[in-house]
Order: sequence, then C-alpha cells, then structure tokens
Amino acid sequence: MQTLISQLQTRFQLSEFILQRDNLAFVTVTREQLRPLLLHLRDKEGFTHLVLLTAVDWIEDNIFQLTYLLGDRTAGCDIGVRLMLPRDVASMDSIHDLWPTAATYQRELREMFGIDFPESPRVDEDFILEGWTDLPPYRRDFDTLKYSQESYVDRLGRETKDPAAYMKLKLYPDEDNDG
Amino acid sequence: MKDDFEKLLDQQPEKEPEPQERPALRDIPVREELVPRTVTAPDGQEIRIDPLQDYYCQAGPTVQTPAYTRIIEDLFNWARAESLWILGFGTGCGAIEMRPLMTPRFDAYRYGIQWRPTPRQANLLVISGYLSVKTLKRAIRSYEQMQNPKYVVGLGSCTINGGMYWDSYNTIKRLDDYLPVDLYITGCMPRPEALLQGFDDLKKLIRAGKAEGANKYAENFERYKTNQKRVIKDWDMPDYSW
Ligand code: SF4
Repeated sequence: MQTLISQLQTRFQLSEFILQRDNLAFVTVTREQLRPLLLHLRDKEGFTHLVLLTAVDWIEDNIFQLTYLLGDRTAGCDIGVRLMLPRDVASMDSIHDLWPTAATYQRELREMFGIDFPESPRVDEDFILEGWTDLPPYRRDFDTLKYSQESYVDRLGRETKDPAAYMKLKLYPDEDNDG
Repeated sequence: MKDDFEKLLDQQPEKEPEPQERPALRDIPVREELVPRTVTAPDGQEIRIDPLQDYYCQAGPTVQTPAYTRIIEDLFNWARAESLWILGFGTGCGAIEMRPLMTPRFDAYRYGIQWRPTPRQANLLVISGYLSVKTLKRAIRSYEQMQNPKYVVGLGSCTINGGMYWDSYNTIKRLDDYLPVDLYITGCMPRPEALLQGFDDLKKLIRAGKAEGANKYAENFERYKTNQKRVIKDWDMPDYSW
C-alpha cells in the first residue's frame, strides 16, 4: 500500500493520504484530478470495483464531500477518494462511463442530497421518493422531525422515556434511581 | 357483440382531453399506462382507449347493507369469519413474522387463514409495519381492488402511532387516517402468537358484525381521499381503483 501511495503521490501531485488501516487509505483530490486518478486506479492498479459513492453534508463549512470508494478484490485493499464540492452549486461530473453502477449512486445522491450529475442516465427521474417537493431529505438543513410533524398526524397518548433511566427503573427498582 | 363495440366507439370523445381537464389528477401527468391512446386491433380496426374511463369504475365504493334478517346475516358473518384470505403484501419489518405463520410451526391455515397472491382473491389486508408514502400508494390501490367483504389489520406500533419511525420524513404515523382499520395488533414486532390471537379477535369482531371497515371507507370516502392525497403528492392514478 505504501509504495502504491507514494507512486500515486508523485504521479498525480496528490495531497497527504490518510492511512486508516493497512489496507484502507483516503485521499482528497481536486475536481480535475479525480477522473485521471480513478481511471489509473481502475485500469493500472487493479482497483476495478466501485464499492460505493456517497456524500457527506458538511453544512458548517458549506461543503458536500463525495467519497468514491474503490476496491481491489484480489489484494483485498480499498482506496477512498474524497472530493469537496461547494454546497450551493452542487454539481459534479458523472463517472457512469467508468462504472455503470455509478449511475444508480448518482441518481440517489441527486434525490437525497440534491447533488447534480449532468449527463448521468436517468438522473432526473424519481429514484426512491415519489413526488417529493421539499428539500432533499438527506441535507442537514432539512428538518425531518418538523416535516414529519407537519405532514403526518400524530396520535395522542404517545410517551417517550429515556431508555437508560427507564431500564434502570425496571431492572433495579430497589436501587436509588435519582442519580 | 358488434353493437357493444360500436357503442364503445361512439362514447369516445372527439378530441383527446387535456390532462389538466381532469380535476382529480391536477397537473401531475398520469401514469404512462393511463394515458388515452389509439390501438390497432388484430383485424386492423383502430380503437380509442381511455384507460381511466374504460378500465376503472367511475362510481365510488358503496355501503353494503346487511342481509334482510339477523339470522341470515349471522350466518354470513360466520362464513366470513371462517375464511380469512390474506393478501400477501408485506410492508415493513413485521412482514417477516407472517412467514412462520404460513409454515408448519404456527400453521395459520388450520384456522381457515391463508395467503393469496392477488387482491382480487383476498379479503384481509395486513399492513405489516411502517408504511412509506410510496408503499401507501400501492396499499391503497391493493385495498380498493379487494372485493367486499374486506378487512384491514394494522400490525405493530408503526401502524398505530409511527413506532420508531415517528420522526421519519417518509412514513405515515396513523394508518387509520388513510385506510379503515378493523383491528390493530401491538408489538414491535408482534410475534406469530400475537398475530394468531389478533386473527382470533378479528374473527370475533366479524361474527359480531362489528368489522365494518369497508363500509366506513365507503361512507367516508371523501375524507379518506383527502387524507390520502395530502400525503401522496404525486397522485397519478385513478381516484378509485376498482
Ligand atoms: S412496529 Fe417495529 S417491527 Fe413493525 S414495522 Fe415498525 S419498527 Fe418494524
């Protein structure tokens, strides 16, 4: 892994790799670096498997983080390629031509985070939600509790108990349960 | 036969109605299979088909009145109670508990309960857990396609008050707002024994003539439809799927 990392670093002028385990490393790249790096990893280094493509909403920094996790099945190691996108113009180049499965991930990201992938097949169609009109629900500024209270009627009489305190009370009723 | 066919042709509107002329469907485009179209029959004849008019009943559901004397109605109810045919439609985690019921260990069949593959053959819809809005749409269509007399059982806390999905953006919290529930079975998830007990209770309700969900649905059809359409924002199907 170390040799591969240093090779990649010289070849693509990448920033620091974060070595999470012996067989799992992460690197953050720029938009221009992404495609050549993915291609190189897929065709030359044996990372033929797109394990997942997912997003994180760093709302405080106004950033979406995309993670492309690639797997080398024979060597049993993974590389995660991270990419930061500005939150307000969330749009990224599609990689469905590298891995056809990416189209499905991109459709999901489009629906749940509102990150656009122009040219990705069927990216504008409904994926899991149907007729969704609000903010994309995985964005952190979407208030799911508020939405659910506004959309679906509550039934009265619902009680919520603190699980830890309640179990203590039930399991050890004789003990002092104040603290 | 020919007359009928000609009548059918006569009924066709001159020009294709615009989608926005359908008040029920608002400005959501109807599903592809519901769009009016012209098909060519094997003999070369062109037939105009408007699926919403031709394939679906235009009238709403009707209330089924009890038989003329009590004793006959009791006999009917006894018969109904003894053959509960469940639509094999699992919605949430609770559906997993129906499998042991179908198989020899708990064997619900010995109580005259069995599972059917289509709504037309079933008279009991078990909503087995949380219902996402998307599934609710399918559940409504399945329910409406079932023949009278029909019953709905809600399984698990999710159907009652949202259960652990109480703050989810995509699951309904009170099933009886959208479908007429005859009986709830509590638990998360209810064990097969609880289900058997529940079916037994449902039988008692039916025999007492108290399982009137389908009639309630017919009587309050407007209210149910309003509730349903409030959450199903892309209503692109017939108002009543019968
Ligand atoms: S009540 Fe519990 S078991 Fe049933 S659908 Fe809800 S979470 Fe799942």
